[in-house]
Amino acid sequence: MASVVAEHDDHHDHHDHGPEKGLLRWIITTNHKDIGTLYLLFALVMFFVGGTMALIIRSELFEPGLQFVDPQFFNSMTTMHALVMVFGAVMPAFVGLANWMIPMMIGAPDMALPRMNNMSFWMLVAGVLLLAATLFMEGGAPAGGWTLYPPLVLQTGKALPFAIFSVHMLGVSSIMGAINVIATIFNMRAPGMTLMKMPLFVWTWLITAFLLIAIMPVFAGAVTMLLTDRFFDTSFFNAAGGGDPVLYQHIFWFFGHPEVYVMILPTFGVASTIIPVFARKPLFGYASMVYATAAIAFLSFIVWAHHMFTVGLPIAGELYFMYATMLIAIPTGVKVFNWTATMWKGAMTFETPMLFSIAFVVLFTMGGFTGLMMSVAPVDFQYHDTYFIVAHFHYTLVPASVFILMASGYYWLPKWTGNMYNEKIGRLHFWLSAVSVNILFFPQHFLGLAGMPRRIPDYAIQFADWNMVSSIGAFMYGFSQLLFVWIVIDTIKGGVGKATDEVWEDASKHGLEWTVPSPAPYHTFTTPPEIIPTEHL
Amino acid sequence: MKKTKHLFVSMLLMGMGLETAQADYTLNLVQGSTQLSHELYDLHMLILWICVFIGIAVFGTMFYSIFHHRKSKGHQAAQFHENTTVEIIWTIIPTLILVAMAIPATKAVIDLDHVQDSDMSIKVTGKQWYWEYEYLDSGLRFESHLDEASEKAHRVSSIDPRSVPNYLLNVDKPLVIPVKKKIRFLFTAGDVIHSWWVPDLGWKKDANPGFVNDAWTSIDKPGVYRGQCTELCGRDHGFMPIVVIAMEQDQYDAWVKSEIEKQAKGPDLDKHTRSDLLSKGESVYLRNCVACHQIDGKGISGWYPALRGSAKVTGDTSQLMGFIQAGTSKMPAFKKLKADELATLVTYLRNSPDLGNSVGDETQACQALSLDDLDDLYPDIDNAPQLCKEFGEVKPEKVVSEKKD
Repeated sequence: MASVVAEHDDHHDHHDHGPEKGLLRWIITTNHKDIGTLYLLFALVMFFVGGTMALIIRSELFEPGLQFVDPQFFNSMTTMHALVMVFGAVMPAFVGLANWMIPMMIGAPDMALPRMNNMSFWMLVAGVLLLAATLFMEGGAPAGGWTLYPPLVLQTGKALPFAIFSVHMLGVSSIMGAINVIATIFNMRAPGMTLMKMPLFVWTWLITAFLLIAIMPVFAGAVTMLLTDRFFDTSFFNAAGGGDPVLYQHIFWFFGHPEVYVMILPTFGVASTIIPVFARKPLFGYASMVYATAAIAFLSFIVWAHHMFTVGLPIAGELYFMYATMLIAIPTGVKVFNWTATMWKGAMTFETPMLFSIAFVVLFTMGGFTGLMMSVAPVDFQYHDTYFIVAHFHYTLVPASVFILMASGYYWLPKWTGNMYNEKIGRLHFWLSAVSVNILFFPQHFLGLAGMPRRIPDYAIQFADWNMVSSIGAFMYGFSQLLFVWIVIDTIKGGVGKATDEVWEDASKHGLEWTVPSPAPYHTFTTPPEIIPTEHL
Repeated sequence: MKKTKHLFVSMLLMGMGLETAQADYTLNLVQGSTQLSHELYDLHMLILWICVFIGIAVFGTMFYSIFHHRKSKGHQAAQFHENTTVEIIWTIIPTLILVAMAIPATKAVIDLDHVQDSDMSIKVTGKQWYWEYEYLDSGLRFESHLDEASEKAHRVSSIDPRSVPNYLLNVDKPLVIPVKKKIRFLFTAGDVIHSWWVPDLGWKKDANPGFVNDAWTSIDKPGVYRGQCTELCGRDHGFMPIVVIAMEQDQYDAWVKSEIEKQAKGPDLDKHTRSDLLSKGESVYLRNCVACHQIDGKGISGWYPALRGSAKVTGDTSQLMGFIQAGTSKMPAFKKLKADELATLVTYLRNSPDLGNSVGDETQACQALSLDDLDDLYPDIDNAPQLCKEFGEVKPEKVVSEKKD
């Protein structure tokens, strides 16, 4: 019965819907592939915008003394770099992947709510543009850190209400995207695609979507309270009126901790998708991967105050949040062991997506180790708010999320464009990135342990050497990313030749997306696929 | 002979220079100078080694696999994808390691929290952008700002920061505490959140406006311990360091005594030369004004008004003094400035080439003293310095009358 209905739809599609001609196609499109492309390109542009801000920061920190920017602008840069990278680059990039790949991975013709899909993308663009506009307002962009802690953030100039409204728009956009992902996965899987047969990327995105729906309203609430504190004389966070500035931190991190997992869970999903293909082996421990992801997501809601160990928590709070945070190491460890076991006794080849994925496993684990160190509350009294934590979260975001986004690009570009990318340049891009990212972030561990606080525009002389090394790494890393842009353009133009439908050896055993032609036609799976490959079995 | 000696000395100096160069940066956490900081250091090293050990095991396995299980070596892929026993083992072992870590960690949390039974208490208030210390036992109270050399070096591009000793880690007035005494710190803030961190003490603690946090220390050996604010607190967050000097009890007692005497002393009402006034005024400016109005007096457009060429600054002196004492909605009221400080400051403001102002006058301390203050200081006016008697009738009164609010 289901297939009859599907065929009927198919009939309509072929007659009524092709891509619009011209630029209008990209504005009014409701096609999941078009919207996925828009998200990915937007994220790539924002990656370079945020990266430019990072290079401004690293330029100022190249040497002791203030050389290039005013301290206030420096603070704006650290704040905007984080906001742009989190809300403009990493999250949209994963939403782009979700748009492109989830329907193709579960054998669905499109996302469940295509018009809302279009709206959530353009809302994102509006939100990010509004945020960027604050750079040009009187008093400058927000400079209180991406966490927007009061009372400091309330000292922002004209930009404050605009930044808050921008957060609202980004939140609405994320929530709509998340609803769409959930609706699609729950309603549009091809017959036979049971939940426990879904590719890990789909699973991790399903869980991520629930996280987003739970946390974005919390963040919206927190910034709304900032708005009323500043403009309507409320005192949520003002002690003089009976409020508490630390209350904001509790609310923020109730959002903020799951938020960082929003960026890492889909990363896990892509890694679990790519590694088996190039190890030519099924993913080890599929079920435990799913359960571990769910466990991490659950734990992410009950550990928030580990960002606040030095804020003056009662001892019971310190102990509880320490124990709960330590627990995260267990499911995360299971994931790392599973990836290692997937490689074990495989027949590995090392194309660019695999290289990035292996680097992800190694470097993310290093970020995990420092995370474990910081979970120990008493020692966090030393680590907190130093470059040690800067090193920690950049290890879990740059050589983890960003590396996996690069891996995704190389892995699926042939399917998206129908052309093969230049493997030599891809590998060059990988090796430059992998080496420079460590030159960039590893010395920051030393700086933090030696006593350099984060978010300072100038520093004592004993921090000079490693800061210089770190800045050199930053410029190497930043400029080597231009190779990726070159590859994307080159591949769209034709690359090194046509890609096969399967692209990677035996890939069709691992995912439905490899059973459709390359490039993927505008509409795929208008008829649900009959054979569900059970790639993990 | 002389040359040999010279060579020997320079070699020795080079050797020492190298040694300092090596001591310049560190890779690891400091062990610190308290029992607590040693405990935390040991805990840090324990976890670090656990991580290194796990890392070697996991990455070792992975890289063995990467080198041996590759297609190019003709390795055939196995097809296993599950092993319940292995999965249970690698869930249980990390759990046990975590439990083992949690035990010393719990003890350390309890030790950190144990602020009771202290010998003395010091209240620390974070403000944009300096620290204020108040010894609750002796009533001693003072501000601790970034020292002048660092203040100038980071604001004037022609000064090389490397030429400044303890650049950005030095203050004009350090916190002094006795060794081997349990000291309880109380933290709060006057504006935004700050965080007080001296790595050698083993912890940092946030200073939240409107709330009080506590922490404790007991330093083993005399020395100078440096730290910084670690919670982003605005434009000069990077420029509010902390210096703690720990000394033996008898030295500390003597220090307290002399400080209390200094604090009790009234303003210096002697007449000073113009250049004296200007150089003292610069110090007052660097401590109190430079953060907003900047080293060149140009302020920050959109944030802080310029003093350079400002009519308020170059206009009537008594009004200017009244304005400084009264403050505005944005500027704090500088009532804390003593008459001599206020006098040197206005002289500097109106005449410093650094600020681009040249009114060509000077203001003596007596002129900055209100009649009330003069009364308090010298109930019998005949004992007051001659100068104050002369000026006393005109200028200071205006200071009072110009007060706002």
